[in-house]
Amino acid sequence: MNLIKNIFSVSVTAVLGVSMLTACTASDESGTDEDEEISRQTLTIADTDYYTRFKDAGISINVYNWGEYISTGADEGTLDVNSEFEKLTGIKVNYTTFATNEELYAKLKGGAASYDVIIPSDYMISKMIRENMVQPLNFGNIPNFEYIMENFRCQDYDPQNAYSVPYTWGTVGIIYDSTMIDIAPEDIDWDLLWNQDYADQILMFDNPRDAFAISEIMLGYSINTEDKDELEQAAYKLKNQKKIVQGYVMDEIFDKMGAGDALIAPYYAGDALTIMDENEDLNFVVPKSGTNLFIDAMCIPVSARQKEAAEMYINFMCEPDIAYSNIDYICYSTPHQAAYEMLDEDVRNSTVSYPNQDFIRDKTTVFVNLSDEANLLMQNLWTEMKSAEDESSNRWIVPVFLIFCVIIMIFVLVRRHIRNKKDIF
Amino acid sequence: MKLKYFSAPYLVWMIVFILVPLLMIAYFAFTNDDGGFTVKYISDVGQYANIFVRSIWLSLIATAICLVIAYPVAFILSRMEKHKQGTMLMIVMLPMWMNFLLRTYAWMTLLGNNGIINYILGLVGLGPYKLINTSAAVVLGMVYNYLPFMILPLYSVMEKIDKSMFEAADDLGCSSVQTLFRVIVPLSMPGITSGITMVFVPAISTFIISRMLGGGSNLLIGDLIEMQFLGNAYNPHLGAAISFVLMVIILVIMTVMNQFDPDEQVLM
Repeated sequence: MNLIKNIFSVSVTAVLGVSMLTACTASDESGTDEDEEISRQTLTIADTDYYTRFKDAGISINVYNWGEYISTGADEGTLDVNSEFEKLTGIKVNYTTFATNEELYAKLKGGAASYDVIIPSDYMISKMIRENMVQPLNFGNIPNFEYIMENFRCQDYDPQNAYSVPYTWGTVGIIYDSTMIDIAPEDIDWDLLWNQDYADQILMFDNPRDAFAISEIMLGYSINTEDKDELEQAAYKLKNQKKIVQGYVMDEIFDKMGAGDALIAPYYAGDALTIMDENEDLNFVVPKSGTNLFIDAMCIPVSARQKEAAEMYINFMCEPDIAYSNIDYICYSTPHQAAYEMLDEDVRNSTVSYPNQDFIRDKTTVFVNLSDEANLLMQNLWTEMKSAEDESSNRWIVPVFLIFCVIIMIFVLVRRHIRNKKDIF
Repeated sequence: MKLKYFSAPYLVWMIVFILVPLLMIAYFAFTNDDGGFTVKYISDVGQYANIFVRSIWLSLIATAICLVIAYPVAFILSRMEKHKQGTMLMIVMLPMWMNFLLRTYAWMTLLGNNGIINYILGLVGLGPYKLINTSAAVVLGMVYNYLPFMILPLYSVMEKIDKSMFEAADDLGCSSVQTLFRVIVPLSMPGITSGITMVFVPAISTFIISRMLGGGSNLLIGDLIEMQFLGNAYNPHLGAAISFVLMVIILVIMTVMNQFDPDEQVLM
């Protein structure tokens, strides 16, 4: 039965082509009263004059966000944030989504598309700031910035906090099948991903930055290291892990862990909560030796056509009710003070979503962008690690291939020769 | 003569969407960020030789398996009664009506550690075997997805072979093995070469099959190219250089292939 259910969930996911994100259990119980309250509150936004400035100007903005990263009103009683914005301001929102920071970067760099609001992650923001791809915000137009918690402002990726407004944050941790892995949650650390006992049951990030970070934390290096030796050691560690890794995946972690195809995987806290909803055997732990804290923040690219309307959108996303509605839907953690206070108590006390302040300060690090050289080195080490084959198969592939080529060449030459001979007669 | 004008839209299409992108790939492959000429990226491709070898190797295996499976299928198809042929052809084509990604996703479910195949094997006390995330799974994905591309050209050539050919071979004392190698194979050579082309070329440049069934540890050239654009280091020049080298390799292989074709037609 379970198998059939899993197959069903996998195929539905395949059909939709998107991760099935549903609201977390914790917030499900909040029921409809509160949701109605939200809608009512939204309609009585304090400063409506601010939002109605462009009412009849026929403006539209292009918003580029992560997939499943906004409240769409798909669940009964939740807000459809974009249509609320359109209703309030008369500005049309063209909403599109991306899957990776690099995809966003390639799109913007290619110059083919113009976006007004983008929501990249920390390291990508610092890269874009350095390459003059995003512009400073006019915080006069974003009064709701005051709700953003003090400790999420002025992060390393944007030290003056001039370019970005934090949207969500979260940590990377380990999701595992607690029925099959007999280790107390508090003892679980990154070395579980290197544990020989679970060979072929381990999934790993298919993304060099995230994978190297795990390796670097275990080696005691900074996850932002640019040192050649340290990166090489980290790559060596990943190479050691390769033979027990079942596969290198990103979004597939969702399906595979949900279906019980693997026992252990690193994953992002918010998504992990969503899978745990579907498969009760799973548990999520933020390793005690430290982890990567990621922040996704809203920015305006240099190529934006409607800067003021874009700032209005960012401000709208920071309206307490909207911020609450979004965070309730996507299950990540919020840097928004008012939205945080609106959350259910058990969510606020969850060590997965909101680890204690000391842990965040001492044990988590935010990515910053690496130099081009370090990025290139990491990319090369990663490719090398992934393409390195087991000794056994590597030995005969090349010779066989060469022999094959030689045989074909001889065959062709002989054939030509015979044919030419025939032509003579 | 006037018919020539009807091809004008296609000519424009070819220039804009085939010729210009090809030239751009060549341009990117031989220039650096400042637009100056360089062969650095082309020579950098050398460090990925093992990925090239693996891609060629896996797609050759897949092509060979496709040929072995498709040849008898196409022959049997072509000897069927006409009305049955239509139905059978449709069955061959049927999987192609479904989205490519969906079909590959289905294999993930079938091959998974808790997948259907291991589940059934488990019922009779076997396994579980490691089926997914192996290079065999990648080859399987290639064969499954590209098999119709081998069957169809073979079928269309064999269909045209007159029945009297076999009767003549029989009369003249050919054994069935001799009939196969001296009559059927030479006559179906054009179908074999175009079938091989149509399977080998997409197989060598695929990236999603290796991503989904190879578990990310069986990198193929397609993955490598994708990583240059959407990976950690954005490097369109290297990506273009790899594509360029791949094109040259395919060109060489196709030239060799065409040697087998009795009519020496160009099949590209």
